[in-house]
Amino acid sequence: MDIAFSAEDLAFREEVRSFFAEHFTPELQGRLRSNGFKNTIVEWQKKLHEKGWIAPNWPVEFGGTGWTPTQKYIYETERSEAGIPGTVPFGLSMVGPVIYQFGNQEQKDYFLPRILSSDDWWCQGYSEPGAGSDLAALKTKAELDGDDYIINGAKIWTTYAQYADWIFVLVRTSNEGKKQEGITFLLCDMKSEGIKVNPIISIDNEHSLNEVEFNNVRVPAKNVVGEVNGGWTVAKALLAHERTSIADVAQSKRTIRQIKDAAAKEINGGKALLDDPGFQGRLADIEIELMALEFTELRTLAAMAAGGFPGPESSLLKIKGTELQQATQELRMEVAAHYQGVLPTDLDSEQLGHDFGSEARRNFMYGRASTIYGGSNEVQKNIIAKFVLGLE
Amino acid sequence: MNFDFTEEQQMIRDSIARFVQDDYDWDTRKAIVESDKGMSDAAWQQFAELGWLSIPFAEEDGGFGGSIVDTSVIMEEIGKGLIVEPYLATVVLYGNLIAKAGNEAQRAALLPEVIDGSALGTFAYVERQSRFEITDCKTTAQNNGGAYTLSGEKVVVSNGTNADKAVVLARTSGEQFDRDGLSLFVVDLNGAGVERFGYPMMDGQRCANLTFNNAPAELIGEEGSAMGVVEAVVREATIAVAAEAVGCMGTLNAKTLEYTKQREQFGVRISTFQALKHRMVDTMMAFEQAKSLLFKAMCEFNEAPEKADLTIHALKVLIDRNAKLVYGEAIQLHGGMGITDELDIGHYAKRLMMINSTFGDATYHRNHYASKTYSA
Repeated sequence: MDIAFSAEDLAFREEVRSFFAEHFTPELQGRLRSNGFKNTIVEWQKKLHEKGWIAPNWPVEFGGTGWTPTQKYIYETERSEAGIPGTVPFGLSMVGPVIYQFGNQEQKDYFLPRILSSDDWWCQGYSEPGAGSDLAALKTKAELDGDDYIINGAKIWTTYAQYADWIFVLVRTSNEGKKQEGITFLLCDMKSEGIKVNPIISIDNEHSLNEVEFNNVRVPAKNVVGEVNGGWTVAKALLAHERTSIADVAQSKRTIRQIKDAAAKEINGGKALLDDPGFQGRLADIEIELMALEFTELRTLAAMAAGGFPGPESSLLKIKGTELQQATQELRMEVAAHYQGVLPTDLDSEQLGHDFGSEARRNFMYGRASTIYGGSNEVQKNIIAKFVLGLE
Repeated sequence: MNFDFTEEQQMIRDSIARFVQDDYDWDTRKAIVESDKGMSDAAWQQFAELGWLSIPFAEEDGGFGGSIVDTSVIMEEIGKGLIVEPYLATVVLYGNLIAKAGNEAQRAALLPEVIDGSALGTFAYVERQSRFEITDCKTTAQNNGGAYTLSGEKVVVSNGTNADKAVVLARTSGEQFDRDGLSLFVVDLNGAGVERFGYPMMDGQRCANLTFNNAPAELIGEEGSAMGVVEAVVREATIAVAAEAVGCMGTLNAKTLEYTKQREQFGVRISTFQALKHRMVDTMMAFEQAKSLLFKAMCEFNEAPEKADLTIHALKVLIDRNAKLVYGEAIQLHGGMGITDELDIGHYAKRLMMINSTFGDATYHRNHYASKTYSA
């Protein structure tokens, strides 16, 4: 057992560093923060695609990198060090993996390349107003009419639906048997007639969430992934992929670095906050837990490299990962002190007297969603209790 | 021993609760927060007519002669209704500073306009480098033969965009961090030498950075020894925001309990899940514990204000921790709805976070509590 980097690993790390330094320019970074988020992130993802690094977790045959767990770890660490956002998950981390796992050849041939190239932007049609944690209670229905399904209903909390070209949607195709048994996984073009996207402003005062209405929306039956009425299996596999990527240890490590930098500059009564033993204790508690989670994530990566797909253990990563994200976000707010509540303003940071209060607020506030989305942490605990511990 | 509120206090409580119910529903508040001014002049006039703006001031100054308990009753109700009008800035801070530091003529000139609602005020004491250390003051006052002028900057001044006047902490002698040499001044914020840079905060407040460039200022209290008065007022104001926090927490708990009794998942109300029941018991206990320390602080304050100091440190630490638990669970148990801007839950959370960073955060107060309490 060891985690020492080999000469190849070190060479790989150099390659990653120089690629990021060359291509993730300050100019691109600036645009990412301002308007035009979609165009800029797509532009960045296309660069990763050209390099062949867009989908490290995919099998090589479908466009993955074939990296070892160590290389994946190195890549994620370097990405976070460089302050580069993760790829948008809906295509690359969610629907892509279920298409190569459950899709037919035609679906793989058409959709996977377009996901890898970021030519299609995907969104997720899972939750409904009455089906949150109890996802299987979903009511949006699809009825067969010739070669098409006709969808009626509504989905909610759909992130970036306003940008999306496609939505993967869980629909009810049967009311017989257990509620899990009548669900089908469908791919639907967002340009279809009868789709309406209604914005939802979230607690961070931003618009990323939406409600998506379906009024007699026609979808070709060939867009079913997996079996008709077998969508629950597909849905669960997708959620397991989603959960692994939600942990985002690299991002929390980056927040910890930001906290340290800022706390060294915050002076209270002549003493730096970072030198305050009370503050140090809190930061250490979070960092220690994060250290452990990093190795839990590595163990999962290693197991996936050996066995293929993430199992119920991914719930552990989701729970601990999101709890630690929130803990770091909260601590960064405290470092910002009086400035933690600042909303976006025309004043520049020099006039305001502060440069990260508003960002800390936005991250903290939206961060509250992370223990709710991807299956709430309560549901994750039920999954671990049932499938890992065997508690019925 | 008696923890009951007087009949009079109950009447004050009822009058604010009625105001919130009749005239300050969620849509009204939302419209006020989104308005240019970020507060309602009409509501403020109503506060004046109902006598709330006179509560802490002595009867000889035209006030109600209320105690810390009266102020806390108001603040708790302000917390419940998430009222954004600047009661803390204008009455509890500005008004109390005038009342405690001002001479008879200054009180006679400045307090009536607070009480009748015609003037809004604030206390400007935070500087960009100061964090929570009030004595870390670089703003200076110059004495030109009895006529003072101020130069420097104060930041994140609560009600800074709307206040007509401010009490400003400035240095008349000594060095940065010196306790001696600090003085209080009243400054007309619409007067010469003052510039405001306003910005909105997540809890609906409007704050501003104020820059003073030889701004004319009137000394209140003794030159060079302001900290006694400042600490007295901040002590009272800290209890006041703790009361506001208790109001927010109680409301969050009640709303969350109600929601879990209505929301159905897996064919049952989610309030029937034991895992969730226990968490709502935890938040209820967190609320009761916070309320208990608030009562202790008020009782000690009533005996002699400085007697409450250690408890105030403890109170601020407990409010911080318990508020985080309460708003965290409130958002979590509301699920996706909890993270929408539309629902009020997140707005209570934002106000609680702002309270946690007002007058020293938990780290600051824990340190003070520990250093005053423990030594080998």
